Amino acid sequence: MSDEEEDLILDELEDEELVLQMHDDLYDGMADEIDEAVQILLKRGWMPYDVLTAALVEGMRIVGVDFRDGILFVPEVLLAAGAMKRGMGILKPLLVETGAPQLGKMVIGTVKGDIHDIGKNLVAMMMEGAGFEVIDLGINNPVEDYIDALKRENADILGMSALLTTTMPYMKIVIDTMVEEGIRDNYIVLVGGAPLNEEFGKAIGSDAYCRDAAVTVDTAKEFMARKHNQL
Amino acid sequence: MDLLSKLLAEKDWLMADGATGTNLFNMGLEAGEAPELWNVDQPDKIRALYQGAVDSGSDIFLTNSFGGTAARLKLHNAQDRVRELNKAAAELGREVADAAGRPVVVAGSVGPTGEIFEPLGPLSHADAVEMFQEQAAALLEGGADVLWLETISAPEEYKAAAEAFANLNAPWIGTMSFDTAGRTMMGVTSSGMVEMVGGIENKPIGFGANCGVGASDLLRTIQGMAAANPEQPIVAKGNAGIPKFVHGHIHYDGTPELMGKYAVMVRDSGAKIIGGCCGTMPEHLVAMRAALENTPRGPAPTEEEIQAVLGEFSSQSDGTGETNAPKRTRRRRK
Repeated sequence: MSDEEEDLILDELEDEELVLQMHDDLYDGMADEIDEAVQILLKRGWMPYDVLTAALVEGMRIVGVDFRDGILFVPEVLLAAGAMKRGMGILKPLLVETGAPQLGKMVIGTVKGDIHDIGKNLVAMMMEGAGFEVIDLGINNPVEDYIDALKRENADILGMSALLTTTMPYMKIVIDTMVEEGIRDNYIVLVGGAPLNEEFGKAIGSDAYCRDAAVTVDTAKEFMARKHNQL
Repeated sequence: MDLLSKLLAEKDWLMADGATGTNLFNMGLEAGEAPELWNVDQPDKIRALYQGAVDSGSDIFLTNSFGGTAARLKLHNAQDRVRELNKAAAELGREVADAAGRPVVVAGSVGPTGEIFEPLGPLSHADAVEMFQEQAAALLEGGADVLWLETISAPEEYKAAAEAFANLNAPWIGTMSFDTAGRTMMGVTSSGMVEMVGGIENKPIGFGANCGVGASDLLRTIQGMAAANPEQPIVAKGNAGIPKFVHGHIHYDGTPELMGKYAVMVRDSGAKIIGGCCGTMPEHLVAMRAALENTPRGPAPTEEEIQAVLGEFSSQSDGTGETNAPKRTRRRRK
């Protein structure tokens, strides 16, 4: 390391500077530094919810923007999400204790027959990063699993992912079943996956097609805000 | 010399096949079913799939073994049937190719494991090599002429497969899927792939792009590869347009006529092996063959011409060269 790039002592930074530094460290996927900085802010008396939103969520928002714009790619986002997760690991129990507000709860999984879960994992991580609670059902989910989880978890959002054209139509089966059971309108249904597009999302009766993880977060926030306004 | 290398030396261009999934889906494959199981349970349908490509004029067709690694078959609890299912895929292919009355290459399809490599994910290099080797050995045992790695996103995975194929001393082709702002999901650009292939010890016979977004994007990717002056022939297998949902089924909006134009444009852009991917049915292949045979070579189409004929690109840039987005200024260390 050159002289100009001397390692910073995180604890010597003012709060504001430290938070900006955390955004950078998240961007670079530096989990140890995030861990340390979260502890520092808590020690300085920050509320866990403020650490989450000002430092981690904002940092991941920047990552999301650059991912959307094709500046960052999956490997970098995975690294960033890993660092985010370390910070969340510290904050999660504290958030529960302090009764911090929740943005919403999402049930997510790839549809039956589809085992491609990289995109789904990214969405789950970015949603968590944005402050949502995520129930990840993993891959290859039949309609019953989605519906059971939605009811059991009292979720707000259903996220379905498919990477294959052969598995995309299964999304419609899930939505049709929700309609039959009279529960479709209780949930926000978001769909995504490489071969999908907006037209497909509309044709199968979803609320929105989300092009990538960053768009999913924005769309989820928007729909949750609308939902709250209706109450 | 393997059959594919021989044909490449003799001909100006070769035509590969079209979609596997879309065709099988039309034959009644259910979402969620592993297509590879049909190699044993529905051999006549797999023969029909291969025959469709041969009858449409393909010089090469891929076996029904895309998801034939243990990692993928595990999701159908068939991880112990890697040898059986892949061998059957190639044997059926051999049967159809040998009865074709002309040389047709049986290419043993090898798709991605679906897992992320260490350190970001759980898959180790050694495990990946082992899985690819197990599948590839069975494809060769069943009579595949070459191995055909496709739809890869991560350079680590491409290299692991190359190593597995080297262990078997087998000729191979390897293509990646460029579906994210002109790059692969893992960020590889078209010129980046040329560079990567140049650095591999066990060089493929050919390399290139398959699947991705639409035919327009794929053409741009192929032009990016050709501009990097690769040593090996370029392979292009683009999707027949963009998937649309019509009457409960997925339908690709690329017409046979359009795919004929795509075939000529991609040849003129520098591809030597030309086929289709998702949505490409026998009627598309017939149109592609006819167009390739009846259209004299021309200059590579410009980006404007590509978009005018095949539709707009999905992203402004193809990800190569200087990025026009400002790099975020770093506050401190990297």
